[in-house]
Amino acid sequence: MNRRRVVVTGAGVAAPNGIGVRAFWESLAEGRSGIKPITILDAAPYPTRFGGEISDFDPLNHFDKNEARKLDRFAQFALVACREAVEQSKLGEAASQGSADRIGVVFGSGMGGFTTIEEQHRRLIEHGPRRVYPFLIPMMIVNIAAGEIAIRHGFKGPNTSMVSACTTGNHCLGYALRTIQCGDADAMVAGASEAGITHIALAGFSIMRALSTRNDDPSKASRPFDKDRDGFVLSEGAGVLILEEHECAVRRGAPILAEITGYAANSDAHHITAPCPDGEGARNVMRLALADAGLKPEDIDYINAHGTSTQLNDKSETLAIKEVFGDHARKVRISSTKSVHGHLLGAGAAVEAVACVQALRDNVVPPTINYTTPDPDCDLNYTPNVKVSHPIRHAMSNAFGFGGHNASIIFKKYGNDSPPLPPKGGEDERSSGEGGG
Amino acid sequence: MLTREDIFERVRDIILERLSVKKEKVTLDANFLDDLGADSLELTELVLAVEEEFSLKIPDDQIENLTTVGKVVTFVETCLSSTA
Repeated sequence: MNRRRVVVTGAGVAAPNGIGVRAFWESLAEGRSGIKPITILDAAPYPTRFGGEISDFDPLNHFDKNEARKLDRFAQFALVACREAVEQSKLGEAASQGSADRIGVVFGSGMGGFTTIEEQHRRLIEHGPRRVYPFLIPMMIVNIAAGEIAIRHGFKGPNTSMVSACTTGNHCLGYALRTIQCGDADAMVAGASEAGITHIALAGFSIMRALSTRNDDPSKASRPFDKDRDGFVLSEGAGVLILEEHECAVRRGAPILAEITGYAANSDAHHITAPCPDGEGARNVMRLALADAGLKPEDIDYINAHGTSTQLNDKSETLAIKEVFGDHARKVRISSTKSVHGHLLGAGAAVEAVACVQALRDNVVPPTINYTTPDPDCDLNYTPNVKVSHPIRHAMSNAFGFGGHNASIIFKKYGNDSPPLPPKGGEDERSSGEGGG
Repeated sequence: MLTREDIFERVRDIILERLSVKKEKVTLDANFLDDLGADSLELTELVLAVEEEFSLKIPDDQIENLTTVGKVVTFVETCLSSTA
């Protein structure tokens, strides 16, 4: 059976380094860190007191007071990012003109409404069961973001959530891709959201010693692949892409930002939090995604790595890339945009997907900032500190999560068949960006 | 001792803080579901807020009778006068 072609017709983001795709992308390209001391809670008791907080996020800029009260922070991020993507794609008009049943939503979160759970648990303990907020349950469930998106935009197609820790974003995109490819929907809102800077999450990740403790210099704390990396940086936000069947998008005159051509998911089946030391799961999932897209390793021009800035991830991901890409591993541009926006947990891969789409459009590889000391175990081209202008035909984005979940996704520049965009100057070992696919 | 007017004003403030409705819509005759657009969860929220505001308890079997703003005001008035 021929699979239907799927393109991206909208993007939206709310992240510590920018609300809105334009601000987010500018900060990534310029390498301006979004990491700073935590202000939304008193972090004094914790070994880590900084993070990727969206400190300029005022819910009342986006919702009326009563609406805002009934939405957990994670759902607020989700709706703000979705609004941007849906407006760009003009999908709301399509829904109101008879396509509502063909537009679905798959929107996830690693944790859901933790802020709400913590607040209401405190009320339960201090004031008893009759003082718990009646909206507690609908505010905290992970799937409420998907539900709210459908309610607000009138999308009546398939609607669900995926939960797989830091792989959530890629699983949602993959699910959306398959749903459109097999014909169950013509368009899907796909993304993930996280509001993980909460007491429980800070305490939990701290006691695991998963977080960087570079409190004296927060903006330098997220340093993927650098020898002095000391853990990931907890961040919050949401990312979303509108995926749509190609002909449907063309017929509507929707903006086509990129194509999505490959996806694969698998499991390490190894350990609850540690990756396979030899990178087996990561290696296999990248190979499967390449096969799904019908590509050879050398067709990939950019890898947005999972690159968490933990000792284990960055080492095993590097090993896996080397095995999959062979000689090309030293040529392919790699970066971890987590160096700028930190680790948004479930939403990480979702905002990184937005970064990949922008990279393809602009032929710009965003840098891995804070890269100062090479690690012999991490010896590839991570695009250190400064962006590189470079034709990008295909971009791969990796995500690996606690539980051993792996998922890789591949984006393709739209209109590869037409003449390539001129390179924006800078160092280029390739003469043009065409070919592939 | 709170007058009926005092109670109404405080109940109205509770409603205005929780439902997205205009002040002039909140009259004694206003029905929570039909006129103020509340859903069942919002009704529960209002009941809890009224309990907290006036330090009283509304028994579960009474809640379904409290369909209008006026009925809530009367309920509060009766409770307060019986405990005064």
